Amino acid sequence: MFDNIGQIALLFWRTLLALPQTWRQRQKVFDQFFEIGNASLLMVCVLSFFIGATIALVTGPVMVERSLGSAVGGVVGYAIANELAPVMMAILIAGRIGSAMAAEIGSMRVYQEIDALRTMNINPITYLVLPRVLAISVALPMLVVFSILVGWFGGAVVANFNHLMDIPFQVFFADLKDIVQLEDVVHGLIKSFFFSVIIGVVSCHQGLTTIGGPRGIGRSVTKAVVNSIVLVVFMDYILTLVLTHFSHR
Amino acid sequence: MKPTNGKITGVSLVVRGLRKSFDGQEVIKGIDFEVRPGEIFVIMGPSGSGKSVLLKHLIGLEPADAGDILINGEPITTPEIAAKYRMALVFQSGALLSSLTVGENVGLYLAEHRLKKPAEIEQIVAEKLADVGLKDVMDKMPSELSGGMKKRAAIARALVIEPQLILYDEPTSELDPLSSIIIGEEILALNQRTGVTSLVVSHDRDLAFGVADRIAIISEGRILTIGTPDEVRRFPDPLVQKFLHADFKREN
Repeated sequence: MFDNIGQIALLFWRTLLALPQTWRQRQKVFDQFFEIGNASLLMVCVLSFFIGATIALVTGPVMVERSLGSAVGGVVGYAIANELAPVMMAILIAGRIGSAMAAEIGSMRVYQEIDALRTMNINPITYLVLPRVLAISVALPMLVVFSILVGWFGGAVVANFNHLMDIPFQVFFADLKDIVQLEDVVHGLIKSFFFSVIIGVVSCHQGLTTIGGPRGIGRSVTKAVVNSIVLVVFMDYILTLVLTHFSHR
Repeated sequence: MKPTNGKITGVSLVVRGLRKSFDGQEVIKGIDFEVRPGEIFVIMGPSGSGKSVLLKHLIGLEPADAGDILINGEPITTPEIAAKYRMALVFQSGALLSSLTVGENVGLYLAEHRLKKPAEIEQIVAEKLADVGLKDVMDKMPSELSGGMKKRAAIARALVIEPQLILYDEPTSELDPLSSIIIGEEILALNQRTGVTSLVVSHDRDLAFGVADRIAIISEGRILTIGTPDEVRRFPDPLVQKFLHADFKREN
């Protein structure tokens, strides 16, 4: 993976240089955005509900046992907003959308469609990469907002109905409101924006460098997902360090 | 040069000392040839002789290790060359974008470069598709077309650019003999109608001798001979003769 970091950085830079073409590519950005939302929203909701539910189920009984039941909402809310929603959604999107991007662009590369674009003086970065990276960098933070809300709801449901906790909704959300600040949600959104750019650029890079027919496309898809997840987790650590440093808590 | 009703748009193409290696293996071993404006020049050779690699160099998709490629005397590495001369490549597979309709594929160049309004593009696309004998395919996806139709759609896409140099990569591969004849007729008709310089890379002998003004035979990255179809037929080199007369015969 590391021998590709330079190429990925170069592709990112070229995508930035293509940004002035955004207005001309707006229809493609919208199409990609719709595709990402359409393909992922239901899965995001299901996954987020169960993430919130599981966190409540794991932490709640232990906290209630130590008379900290009123803090369950805060723990679940904080963990989801700051960490779980952005990271889990990034992993989901890397698998669901990043793989599709790598496969589509990889197939275009193998079947000479990208060469055909070049012969028509159409820059593949402007035509293929820019709309995808822009769409995912808008869509992922929006999906993370959904994920946070649904995750909180999932945690509240389990905290309320699990007989080991029996924490009323009002108590759960009152504590969540006390502990979780707008800053925490913003941190989650900042992280998700960086993750989305990583997933978009890494997946497009894998697609553009695909060689060797259908097997090559398969290899690119695997690499796109694995490299995206590795870089997302690494970037999560860096961003957590930076954001914690500037936190007002 | 062919009569083109006084309207010659073709450019000249000169290749000098072209060399290319992949992983230390030399695929193009010093190629020289010249294509005259408005000419149909065919490069023939067996599979793996370096024809397609050569074509990629000519359109600028592959950088050469050594040598020059000149369009009207100007190196193709010059940044302004793409804006100055219009060139098109018809890919072996057609290379139509599978996510777009045939109409969108054909009009892609005009739409992406904002050269015409959508209504005008639609009209031009319909004209170009009609020029290559395709009707009622505008809204179809490339996957719905036959191999021959895909190649004709690819030619229509190239025509939209109004090229001065058009390159064909194995235009009749994977086609039945009748479809091959239609493609050959399209190449000839287009050349006569517009005076475009045409370079055809093929191992199809019928196509080559049917459309070519001149033919070059390439083998193992080297040009063996260049001449008119008659001159090539008479060329005494055993490799050339073997390639030109190779025929499958069932014994007993």
